[in-house]
Amino acid sequence: MLFAAIISLTLLGTALGLLLGVAARYLKVEGNPLVAEIEQLLPGSQCGQCGYPGCTGAAQALADGGAAVTLCPPGGIALAQALAAKLGVDADLSGVEDKGPMIAEVKEEICIGCTRCFKICPTDAIMGAAQQIHVVFREACTACGKCVDVCPTESVTLQPIPVTLQSWYWNKPILGSAA
Amino acid sequence: MNPIAHSPHAHAPASIGKVMATVLLALVPATLFGFWLYGWPAVNLWAVALIAAIAGEAFVVRMQGRKVRTVIMDGSGILTAWLLALSLPPYAPWWIAVLGSLFAVIIGKQVFGGLGQNVFNPAMAARVMLLISFPLEMTTWVAPSQAPGLLESLRITFLSQPIDGMASASLLGHVKTEFTRGIGLDQALVGYYTPMDMLWGSRAGSLGETAAVLLLIGGLFLIARRIITWHAPFAMLLGVAVPALLFNAIDANHYAGPMVHLLSGGLMLGAFFIVTDPVTSPNTALGQFIFGLGCGMLTWIIRTWGGYPEGVAFAVLLMNAATPIIDQYVKPRIYGRDRKGVALVVKKEL
Amino acid sequence: MKLFDLKGGVHPEGKKNLSAERRIRALPLPKKLYVPMQQHIGAPAAPVVNVGDHVFKGQLIASAQGNVSAAVHAPTSGAITALGDHVAPHPSGLPVPTITLESDGKDEWCAIQGCEQPLELAAEEIAARVGAAGIVGLGGATFPSALKLNVSRGVQTLIMNGGECEPYLTCDDRIMRERAVEIVEGILLIARAVDAKKILVGIEDNKPEAIEAMQAAAQGTAVKVVTMPSMYPMGSEKQIIQVLTGLEVPAGGRPADIGVLVHNVATAFAVQQAIRYGKPLISRIVTVSGGAIKTACNVEALVGTPVQELIDFADGYVQPASRLVLGGPMMGQQFTNTNVPVVKGSSGVLALMTTEIGQSEASPCIRCSTCVRACPVGLLPLEMAAHIRAADLTGAVALGLKDCIACGSCSYVCPAHIPLVHFFNYAKGDLAAQERSKLKQEATKKLADARLERIARIERERAEAAARRKAAREAKERAAKEAAAKAAEEAV
Repeated sequence: MLFAAIISLTLLGTALGLLLGVAARYLKVEGNPLVAEIEQLLPGSQCGQCGYPGCTGAAQALADGGAAVTLCPPGGIALAQALAAKLGVDADLSGVEDKGPMIAEVKEEICIGCTRCFKICPTDAIMGAAQQIHVVFREACTACGKCVDVCPTESVTLQPIPVTLQSWYWNKPILGSAA
Repeated sequence: MNPIAHSPHAHAPASIGKVMATVLLALVPATLFGFWLYGWPAVNLWAVALIAAIAGEAFVVRMQGRKVRTVIMDGSGILTAWLLALSLPPYAPWWIAVLGSLFAVIIGKQVFGGLGQNVFNPAMAARVMLLISFPLEMTTWVAPSQAPGLLESLRITFLSQPIDGMASASLLGHVKTEFTRGIGLDQALVGYYTPMDMLWGSRAGSLGETAAVLLLIGGLFLIARRIITWHAPFAMLLGVAVPALLFNAIDANHYAGPMVHLLSGGLMLGAFFIVTDPVTSPNTALGQFIFGLGCGMLTWIIRTWGGYPEGVAFAVLLMNAATPIIDQYVKPRIYGRDRKGVALVVKKEL
Repeated sequence: MKLFDLKGGVHPEGKKNLSAERRIRALPLPKKLYVPMQQHIGAPAAPVVNVGDHVFKGQLIASAQGNVSAAVHAPTSGAITALGDHVAPHPSGLPVPTITLESDGKDEWCAIQGCEQPLELAAEEIAARVGAAGIVGLGGATFPSALKLNVSRGVQTLIMNGGECEPYLTCDDRIMRERAVEIVEGILLIARAVDAKKILVGIEDNKPEAIEAMQAAAQGTAVKVVTMPSMYPMGSEKQIIQVLTGLEVPAGGRPADIGVLVHNVATAFAVQQAIRYGKPLISRIVTVSGGAIKTACNVEALVGTPVQELIDFADGYVQPASRLVLGGPMMGQQFTNTNVPVVKGSSGVLALMTTEIGQSEASPCIRCSTCVRACPVGLLPLEMAAHIRAADLTGAVALGLKDCIACGSCSYVCPAHIPLVHFFNYAKGDLAAQERSKLKQEATKKLADARLERIARIERERAEAAARRKAAREAKERAAKEAAAKAAEEAV
């Protein structure tokens, strides 16, 4: 009786183990399609604020589970939620401090027209020419901050996008400690 | 903070405190009747339960660093202790009330995060805890004939003075005991069941559960004040009465009739004051109906086939656990959508 | 007529008696008018005048832009003194592009052209004239009326909304009592513009005089006046359709999808004025009321009039107001700067006292589900707010957040005073902002890809050019070498 049990369980275990081994070999997925899918979601400006080498590196880290979905400052809360949905994880967004959308701004008084900022801009959001004041296209700027780093006169800064009647909305109600 | 207030700029004159106060008011007649019926021990027990609940809640809330006054003044702790007291045997010792009250407000409510967060009805959770931990104290009933004086009552409540000679049994307990002795309902009910006494509550039982009529009046008052709706109470009474009627028709000697069930035990208190607890019951009218029906049927099943003579508390806790599931599946239909949430399709007439 | 049930709803105290018996009076001509370019849903109008221009009353000063927009006309004659920003009648208190007009006191009309036989105009012509007059829905939604007429042509039923379910407001009540004949003509014009088969005017039973006046004016026409029970939000578009026809607008759809068009009664008056007399929409009836107002009244105010003028006309405050509100108390917006102008959608100016507002600090939700019973849409406000509080906006959307009409019934009844509808409007705004940032992200991603590609191309071209240069140089050198060798050979 005892032997019968041992033998049958051993056989069962061996058979299933073999099956898994075979499946692992023949049903293997080449590469991880997730990385490409995640990269599609990221801003693609390769700004490196997340600490990874460009958006591909960040996508790889996210797919490996080594990075938090809140890693991308330009993406903000919207991106974090999209990533959380893609990765099937619960993102604790209540703790994320979203500084709100930012935008690069050139202070005209101290801009010397050195062209460094528009050469480095990953989204061609800065327009200008040598010895001329540079301007920022709001619609194209991701606030990656690369221009801020290269500006020799600190005339480029990141500023919150001004709120307009079209973009304004109600704040989140803050309930007292009692509620 | 945004100094601009969001609409609406008008609010109905309602508050949580007012809701709780109205429910307490509805409990007053049945409570006073209990005091009159069982005398001073009942008053002592009730007072001890309330004081313990307030003190216990204040202690816990202070530990959490929240405002004690706001939490006590919402009245929910008092209501919980009051309901628990009404469901205790009137001559129970003081520590039963203290233990029950503390369990109700601390384990039953504050541990979950305070008012509105608890899964189970705190009063019923405490009652079940007491019943399975101290079965003797929780099932020692007295006949309402000899009301003791104040001094003697203090001895009963605080010194656990033996109350031999006054001990009696509740109707449901009596029936269950008689069944085990092989005695049928026709004999068991003799001398125990007189419909008028059951209605007016002049019998052995819990402190405030016996006066069916007064509880009914309190419940109707709450319905009239729109604090509760009829769905859950009606469904609970239905859930007890329908199976009782059916089985009584099949074998009247084994299964008590609907009136016996409706008027005994904690059913009236449960139907109007326990299953209507908003926190632990479903959101929608249909959900509340299902919830009440489940409470009623489980009560009848436990009473009829279970180990305990009374089943209201168990039934309520079981249905409390089912509340999230009911809420998940019973949702109102949204305007412009069908029951599944799909947008309505326009019928082209042209 | 058989009425259908409204799901949910609440009964706030009416408070209409404060101003219901006050006849509409014209406000004295203000000195300065601030006419915002955005008084409607859609794109802001673009100014067609310059600073220093003199304009006549009714002259076009800003033209509609794009498909969804409305023209703006000069409310009186005078000089344009500024084209700039002025505080908007909006809870944000943000500035909005505004034309400032200094009145010359003459109130001279420009040349206007009416129509003797308005009911013989073609449907398209009516819609075009309504559009030219800058008419928008005066019930509060301020959707451009001409567009609504054009997309609703051929509807079965035209519903005229005389519900006015918001407490305090009596502007529609008064206009129906005093200008019923004009309103009925306006209704017939709208009906002609959309070719409606059935015309219903829904009026709440708390306005018996208005019902009587409208019935008298509608005698012998196809217009049928229907008395509806008083309940909030009876005057909401979707709800009045449900009560009068028993039909529901499909989620995400328009009333026209089920063959219904809803217009406000005051809009009908504006339509009649525009077509019979050629007068554009430059004024509206506004109720000035509230416990803090001394003499509540109904006034006909020019668009652009600072609200302070209306409050002064009502003899000011009887005591300091705790809150100033534009519109009704249920859906109106608080404002603090009394220099905000009256716009086409302003139905009321309320100065409320603390006791009237009845708001107190929020306490915990006890899941009493009073809000569920009050919701006219069939939502679970308590569950939605809980999800939003926990930053789960997707969960709130799954519960029907986008079907919420923001009527405020839930917040009104909540015994815990939880600002439910505030949560919903926050969530809707946040979702819209997320949508915008997602679109921007997609656009910037394309730009980044384009740039990388360009850099790679330049790199490649540079490398190719370098290779070419190198090849050319080498060829030259080789040639030179060969030539040198040849020369040497020859020399030998």
